[in-house]
Amino acid sequence: MISLVQTVRLALQALVRNRSRSLLTMLGIVIGVAAVIVTVAIGTGASSSVANQINGLGSNLIIVIPGSVQTTGAKTGNGGASSLTVADGLAIAKLPGVSAVSPSVNVRGQVIAGGQNWQTTVTGVAPTYTTVRSWDVASGRFFSQNETDSAAKVAVLGQTVVSQLFPNRDPVGQTVLIRNVPFTVIGTLIGRGQSAGGQDQDDTVLIPYTSALDRLVGGTSAGALMVSATDAAHIDSVQTQITGLLEQRHGIVAGQPDDFSVRNLQDIAQAASATSAILGLLLAAVAAVSLLVGGIGIMNIMLVSVTERTREIGLRVALGARSAAILRQFLIEAVVLSTGGGAIGVVLGIAGAIAIAVFAHWPSSVPIASVFLALAFSAAVGVFFGYWPARKAAALDPIRALRFE
Amino acid sequence: MTPVVEVRDLRKVYPLEGGEDVVALRGVDLTIEPGEFVAVMGPSGSGKSTFMHIVGLLDRPTSGTYAFAGHEVSALPSDALADLRSRALGFVFQAYNLLPRTTAIENVELPMVYAGIPAAERRRAALEALDAVGLAKYAQHQPNQLSGGQQQRVAIARSIVNRPQLILADEPTGALDTASSEDVMALFQRLNDERGMTVMLVTHEADVAAHARRLVTFRDGHIVADEPVKEKVPV
Repeated sequence: MISLVQTVRLALQALVRNRSRSLLTMLGIVIGVAAVIVTVAIGTGASSSVANQINGLGSNLIIVIPGSVQTTGAKTGNGGASSLTVADGLAIAKLPGVSAVSPSVNVRGQVIAGGQNWQTTVTGVAPTYTTVRSWDVASGRFFSQNETDSAAKVAVLGQTVVSQLFPNRDPVGQTVLIRNVPFTVIGTLIGRGQSAGGQDQDDTVLIPYTSALDRLVGGTSAGALMVSATDAAHIDSVQTQITGLLEQRHGIVAGQPDDFSVRNLQDIAQAASATSAILGLLLAAVAAVSLLVGGIGIMNIMLVSVTERTREIGLRVALGARSAAILRQFLIEAVVLSTGGGAIGVVLGIAGAIAIAVFAHWPSSVPIASVFLALAFSAAVGVFFGYWPARKAAALDPIRALRFE
Repeated sequence: MTPVVEVRDLRKVYPLEGGEDVVALRGVDLTIEPGEFVAVMGPSGSGKSTFMHIVGLLDRPTSGTYAFAGHEVSALPSDALADLRSRALGFVFQAYNLLPRTTAIENVELPMVYAGIPAAERRRAALEALDAVGLAKYAQHQPNQLSGGQQQRVAIARSIVNRPQLILADEPTGALDTASSEDVMALFQRLNDERGMTVMLVTHEADVAAHARRLVTFRDGHIVADEPVKEKVPV
């Protein structure tokens, strides 16, 4: 009796004999699998970059923003009030479970250096900002507590600002004018790319919050307070304490609306990754449909092939092939077509995912599991759609098959 | 000696839906001894093809007995029949039935593939069989690079490669010109004379049948004549 290895060889010979048709038959599966790999890669890339960016905002970050103000009936949105002060931030820093607090004072304005100028967001922050946002300097240094206390005219530039103002030189040690006040550049920040919301995080200039308040905007109100909890497990209790503390400091009695709002990033992160997961599933479903269509293509060609090779099948039976051997050969042909197409599809899909990452700058990553899943699925497609034609071949009457014209 | 083929009262009826049954064989008795060269003749519809298919284990009789090399085979399961075909029978068809885009030697190896013979042994036996039909140097040619006569000789090499107990040839010259027909028939005669191979040939041409030693004539599902060939064509 014929061995399995030998049957595989017969199947491969038959496929090689019809090289171009075999390749065309594979095409459906190739496209299906490549589509699955690419969409899963984009979906995975998107959700992991969302997760990364949100983690990158700072571990255990809690953001306190001013609430809305009501003037003659019209409410501004959240952040419209200037109810938060730097002193609020210092009070929060003393709460248990809080590791660092940085106020953030936003100054919109033109930044000029030499012959270049650029409009960007200048933010006044505390030295703890690097910890709170887990964001380090790429060159030079971040400002110190002393410089903050003395409202020193020092600035740290984001990478976009560096490339706009100092295209070909080292910015550290240079002077920039912010609203016509000269600041010395003491460092640059590591590049971070776009935020989950599509904003360029590197388009920023950081200065001590004291310098921002004293020299640029005046007053004591902070645009936001960024609080870092010592532990992710403490986030909820820290949030409650902050709310209590600020209500007390702002003199808000029970029943009155707060003039601030406290948010943590875990909620935002979960919502964002859930959205990208749903998108990924949707894309994968579309890709799976194209795989199914590819499988039907294989069945179609295999059925044609059985009819076309009727005489050959009759001959093989006459020469002593058991019907199980015929069934196995045709089934193996279908599985080789589908898994071969799957393998080519995986290679093309990975290439496509890389191309998309390189040329469209979309984050993409190919999970190993999706490669194996695609291969296993295409093999299953081969078995499922190859079985009927193979059984048809095995059931042929050799006498009629030999006479078939 | 055990006969290669021994059939007794062989009948074959094809049931037809909504009509009369077609009776192809109405009780055939025949014995073929080892080393015989039998030609089966008869007009179309005489039952000779049905007879060949039953003898070739491609079909089963409706009733009667068939002992192949001393073993009753009419009740064997189809896998056992397939194994017997791969080991003990050789087929030659009118249309050659070589696999296209496949070299001559791979075509000759095919029955041994199904018999589960190792590759090296297959190659050796296939070359030997090709040599026996005078086509050793065409081993790597594909069917479309060979003439009709050469293709049929490759098919004959395929039929003898397993050293079968019986070679069945169904109109082997039906698609060939006269000269090639003579070549092919001379080859059968040589295989019979020199190697003692048992051959059963089905044909409707008398001059082809004349190459055999014994002539069996079918008509209407019966054997109507069974005689030695009188004017045997010399090898």
